[in-house]
Amino acid sequence: MSDEHVYLSLAEGHDDSDARWAFGTGFEDPLHGVDTAVPEGVDAAELAAHCLALGDDALVAAQRLAEWCTRAPELEEEVALANIGLDLLGQARLLYSRAGQVDGTGRDEDAYAYLRDPADFRNVRLAELPCGDFAFSMARLLVTSSWRLAVFERLARTAQDPVLAAIAAKGVNELTYHRQYAAEWTVRLGDGTEESHRRMRAGLEQTAPYLEELFTAAATCGADPAGVRHEVTAALRQVTEAAGLPAVEAEPLPGHGREGDRTEHLAPLLAELQGIARAHPGAVW
Amino acid sequence: MTTPNATVPAEGAQKPLQEHFDATIARDQRIEPRDWMPEGYRRTLVRQIAQHAHSEIIGMQPEGEWITRAPSLRRKAILFAKVQDEAGHGLYLYSAAETLGVDRADLTQRLIEGRQKYSSIFNYPTLSFADVGVIGWFVDGAAICNQVPLCRSSYGPYARAMVRICKEESFHQRQGYELLMTMMRGTEAQREMVQDAVDRWWWPSLMMFGPPDGDSPNSAASMAWKIKRHSNDELRRRFVDMTVPQADKLGVTLPDPELRWNPERGRHDFGTPDWSELQRVISGDGPCNSERMERRRSAHEEGAWVREAATAHAAKQAARAEEGAVA
Repeated sequence: MSDEHVYLSLAEGHDDSDARWAFGTGFEDPLHGVDTAVPEGVDAAELAAHCLALGDDALVAAQRLAEWCTRAPELEEEVALANIGLDLLGQARLLYSRAGQVDGTGRDEDAYAYLRDPADFRNVRLAELPCGDFAFSMARLLVTSSWRLAVFERLARTAQDPVLAAIAAKGVNELTYHRQYAAEWTVRLGDGTEESHRRMRAGLEQTAPYLEELFTAAATCGADPAGVRHEVTAALRQVTEAAGLPAVEAEPLPGHGREGDRTEHLAPLLAELQGIARAHPGAVW
Repeated sequence: MTTPNATVPAEGAQKPLQEHFDATIARDQRIEPRDWMPEGYRRTLVRQIAQHAHSEIIGMQPEGEWITRAPSLRRKAILFAKVQDEAGHGLYLYSAAETLGVDRADLTQRLIEGRQKYSSIFNYPTLSFADVGVIGWFVDGAAICNQVPLCRSSYGPYARAMVRICKEESFHQRQGYELLMTMMRGTEAQREMVQDAVDRWWWPSLMMFGPPDGDSPNSAASMAWKIKRHSNDELRRRFVDMTVPQADKLGVTLPDPELRWNPERGRHDFGTPDWSELQRVISGDGPCNSERMERRRSAHEEGAWVREAATAHAAKQAARAEEGAVA
């Protein structure tokens, strides 16, 4: 490698063509080039609501995972948690873009992420709970990735909207890894030391009141809720047994995130996410 | 390569080993982990690679703070991925250091106890989102100037890690510059944010190349061993020459009244950084030294129970596998 050559190429004038920048930095619309017509017989309002709800779950979860950045217990976990956060952020962007195409408003991904208030979000409440310790984060990831995987596998097969089906199909590969990662840590922590066992058990118990909310028709966004419940319950049982942990059970919390019921934790999360964007109306980033 | 393995040879036996090592360096060939090497070479490499790895990991902090606040989803994804890359660079570099007989846990301990350093640039605060762009442009740009020659470093594992790292750093630099280009097309407030960030990061970035050549204690040996290929001042000049036209194109002013093109020398003349500031920051009195160390220390300590659990689980698994095999 010639040093001179490298320095010269770095010093080249930066022209305005996007070609020299990498993938993803040049186009505004993540669904660019995709046939976005809503198929006949699909209820556009319902489709938009599903995309928005699944997008909100992913955005809020990605924001929580980003909070781990520089705080993870080991470098490998730093990389893995960022990977998972990036996957979910990518899913959110695609889902918001689809929502904007079908709800008639033409809004872009940022309008949904940055310009809606907490009361307008429709994510399930488990997603917005604070990070907690590593055990709680793994417990939540185990539950949400098992659940989202079950939902996406069904939507990939059965969604009448081909765009939503394609987004779900892409997500299935990602979520399979997320579930695997969370399951491995659940087993390590459940089996590891007395302290890790205690923390892992407490983490799972904390998720328990939020489980029932995941298995309603509103939560599964067109995927069969009974099938999702069956699959998720079986997956959780398999992992907790392998980890030597009791099954996850608790009285469900009243209300529903999909209907706009929130915990006290979403507003501060959004204040942080939206602060700069809202402080600079008319700015371009 | 057929060099004998390095145990500790007797005084007389060392001479042919040293000659072989010197000849390998002279021929511009690579030293590999199993080759004999002088103790000073090994020590210098461990120090430099560890310091580089620590810089990647501490360097995640100033930008990582902005992932949750990034003002668009696209910028959030770019920044998240960049900070993740830095964790990956840390991993490659710690692995390269481990080929020299040290281990990552021990190096991390040395960082946390303040016995090993990291780049002083990360002790400056990030005050606005424009800092994310300027760090990409200046800090990653300066890192590339420092690191491109290291792709030809005489130590094989380090050189190979640097090839990959340089490619990613170059990508980060362009992303940073592209963010600034976009902001400069935005509102007046955004242009002011960019200029303010340029004003704050310019001098600290010039100091990333280290003290002037006359005051650089480790340079001579590193150059002779071909661990390092260019002097601090030479790299600093390259960086200035590379950056000035980019600043013009962007429409910002670099905060140095002495900066001008010198047609006779065919390069830019520029002012002298405040070296006493560099000394202060290196010795621990920079604006954010204690925050950076505290964050790294608390992440490490708070994660101890997780690492212990993973070790205990692995031991239990191994014991169970053994029991199974016996039964």
